Amino acid sequence: MKTHASRPLRFASVPYDPEAPRPPVMPDPIMSRVPKPDPDSGRTIFNFGPSHPSTHGTLRLVLEVEGEMITRAWAEIGYLHTGFEKLAETLNYNQFIPLSDRMNYLSAINNNVGYAHAIEELLGIEITERCKYVRTTLAEMSRIADHLVCIGMQAVDIGAYAPFLWGFARREDLYDLFEAFCGARLTTSVTRIGGMLRDVSEDFVPGVRAFLDKLEETLRETDRLLTRNRIWMDRTQGIGVLSKEDALRYCVTGPVLRGSGIDHDIRKVQPYFAYDRIDFDVPIGSHGDVYDRYLVRLEEMWQSIRIIRQVLDDLPGGPINVYDNKRVLPPKEEVFTTIEGMIHHFELTMPKFGFKTEVGGQIYSCTESPCGELGFYVVSDGSGNPYRLRVRPPSFVNYAPIEHLVKGATISDVVAIIGSLNIIVGELDR
Amino acid sequence: MNETPALALQSEFPDVVRGVARQSGTREQWRVDVSKDGILPVLTYAKTRLGYCYLADITAVDYLSMPDPPEHRFAVVYVLRSREVAEPLVIRAFVPENDAVVESVTPLWNAADWLEREVFDLFGITFHHHPNLIRILMPENFDAHPLRKDFPTEGVGYRDDFPIVTR
Repeated sequence: MKTHASRPLRFASVPYDPEAPRPPVMPDPIMSRVPKPDPDSGRTIFNFGPSHPSTHGTLRLVLEVEGEMITRAWAEIGYLHTGFEKLAETLNYNQFIPLSDRMNYLSAINNNVGYAHAIEELLGIEITERCKYVRTTLAEMSRIADHLVCIGMQAVDIGAYAPFLWGFARREDLYDLFEAFCGARLTTSVTRIGGMLRDVSEDFVPGVRAFLDKLEETLRETDRLLTRNRIWMDRTQGIGVLSKEDALRYCVTGPVLRGSGIDHDIRKVQPYFAYDRIDFDVPIGSHGDVYDRYLVRLEEMWQSIRIIRQVLDDLPGGPINVYDNKRVLPPKEEVFTTIEGMIHHFELTMPKFGFKTEVGGQIYSCTESPCGELGFYVVSDGSGNPYRLRVRPPSFVNYAPIEHLVKGATISDVVAIIGSLNIIVGELDR
Repeated sequence: MNETPALALQSEFPDVVRGVARQSGTREQWRVDVSKDGILPVLTYAKTRLGYCYLADITAVDYLSMPDPPEHRFAVVYVLRSREVAEPLVIRAFVPENDAVVESVTPLWNAADWLEREVFDLFGITFHHHPNLIRILMPENFDAHPLRKDFPTEGVGYRDDFPIVTR
């Protein structure tokens, strides 16, 4: 007995026709470059990515394997190419700040401060003392967030789940602090040219101090879970070794360079913000393998805690933004209540007005982001938009040795190596 | 010699180095303009004799719509770092449009491989003696160089040419 109404499909079904014309298949650029292996050699071509859980986005590797041993590799990037550098030429200097978030979305604040620093150097704006200290604090907090994710993701790729969860719990605490400061958790856009979005509130400092105490416990737990863990050591020691000479030839930066035993940190080499007044160490590894990069990141988080504590101890008072209405956005209360403030705001934000820059001015400015040296090469043409904005992405240069690093490793090691390089694809492809 | 590496370059290559400038401020840096043929000798000298062992960046600028344009359309920019001197050395070489070929620096640094491929991809500047000069960010069948100033930001029309997939 029929108890329910039935009806045909709403969409007409098309009978399957094997002879029907297929849509054109895009040529696979990488496979045409990969030579076919000799059938007697026992080698096979193995495709890895672009949508593999451990590629954290859209990386692709084509591996020539013999058994499970990789004999050669070809890397393919560009799946997330967004054209930020082209887009920047149509935006004014302040409008690029939200785009800088989208490049390295795991440590957006580091990109914000790096970009704002480059433009301030180009325009010759000296930011206030309080702003320097606040930027240092936020950049170090963002560095902690990035390293927690990096270690956690690397651990979860290799098979340990607890460090990932515990790290993410602390990262949530950090994001709560960011949210209380600027309203956003991931894409923060906290800086403006010449200052910050707003001053930190009164409960920011105690909130950060309470967070640091919790973080110390998490770092100790992560250390106990991983550093002497037999499985972790077997999976990471001697894997993906980048020797000192190779690190210099490939010009990698950040924890990858320091893991290879080279003492180079932009915060020490060419200090910016408050870093020249702060006492901290630069941890360096000795073997250049995945394990040393993990240890460097872990130690850098301890150093970040040191930096933040010192910065908070002597956080100066005073205004956070430079009061220079011709070059820095005026405070909002002035914009909404006075005619001068509104005119200045108008002149800085409308097209054909904006910043007065030098024709042909150029600067290369870099800061130490969690992945490495984040550089901005800016050329100005007198208008309010950058004439050319080059982002020197740390991920791009750090990922370049991948074809060399995976040679001789097994396929499961590729996962560990990619995790240890801390590749953010938004920044890699821009 | 160590305190003024850029001046050392100028005295060593007087007919190649076109100008030397210094940027002050927190981001102190030396800027050297060289001619196109001088890139490889100047960078080799800077690496082997002046201690600039570290290539931070290679990029390019298209000066087509600059209000006060320089003699050539493109400029290739190299940023070098040293382990002794804090300031980076920014070396810029102008490249004419009709002969946009420069010598590759991949023999000096492996890092130049991908960076030069990116400049080739986005600007169409060719690097002579590069081992594997193919596009890196854009698809291989792409036929333009997007960061050139005459490439429009929007309204390119590629989207209309995409094949319509019918199943």
